[in-house]
Amino acid sequence: MATVKLSFSPAPVHVRTARLVGVAVARRAGVREELLDEVRLAIGEACTRAVALHRQYGVSEPVLVEMSDAGSYAVRVVDRAPIEAGLGLAALNADQLANESLNEDDLTTGVGFALLAGFVEDLQVRPVDEGVGTEVRMVWPVGR
Amino acid sequence: MELSLATRTVGEHTVLEVGGEVDVYTAPRLRERLLELVDGGARHVVVDLGRVDFLDSTGLGVLVGALKRLRAAGGSFALVCDKEPLLKIFRITALDQVFPLHPTVDAAIGTDPAGTGV
Repeated sequence: MATVKLSFSPAPVHVRTARLVGVAVARRAGVREELLDEVRLAIGEACTRAVALHRQYGVSEPVLVEMSDAGSYAVRVVDRAPIEAGLGLAALNADQLANESLNEDDLTTGVGFALLAGFVEDLQVRPVDEGVGTEVRMVWPVGR
Repeated sequence: MELSLATRTVGEHTVLEVGGEVDVYTAPRLRERLLELVDGGARHVVVDLGRVDFLDSTGLGVLVGALKRLRAAGGSFALVCDKEPLLKIFRITALDQVFPLHPTVDAAIGTDPAGTGV
């Protein structure tokens, strides 16, 4: 089992780096080429969520991304935000998305979850085992 | 690839060509440019996503913001996109029902003689 860990200070500029690393490790693990766009988007959304939570709660600790290929390609994105774990929002429908009263941050959060749920079949959002924070866990099959 | 933004005017339409990656880091620049256009009097804006390699929820949020701002000002907002990976993002988020999506700029500004606009 190979594991790659990346931890980055919670700044938007580093999310791209996490995406690039996540896709490179996915390719190396044997995730099918046609899934890589989805892997890139999902890791980006999970990291964007973590960065947003750290900034919202003034948490300066790093965001952790852990990738492993033990039988499948599993990615954990761990934040240290003091929130209840969960997807937070149900997917928004077209009427809600177009509603004038929905602000851009809430819309972005809802759309981000819709993308995660839409692109990752095996998705979990749960509290971390130790301490404060949540983890987004995503698993993709490897086709070797 | 870094974000690129280029504006041109076609009749009464302002076409903003976007290229590269639109994500949580670069989306604020897209938001700023769209605000400048609207504040500068543009009322019919077409955003051409033809050269976009990556688009995330932050970028989508910025586009929805521009759509609402223009509609409130009595204007219009449309997107040009013909790449399947991007179109899938619009479908999954139900934003394909919110944005007018067109395969070409000509279709978006209504000058497509073949009428192949979506």
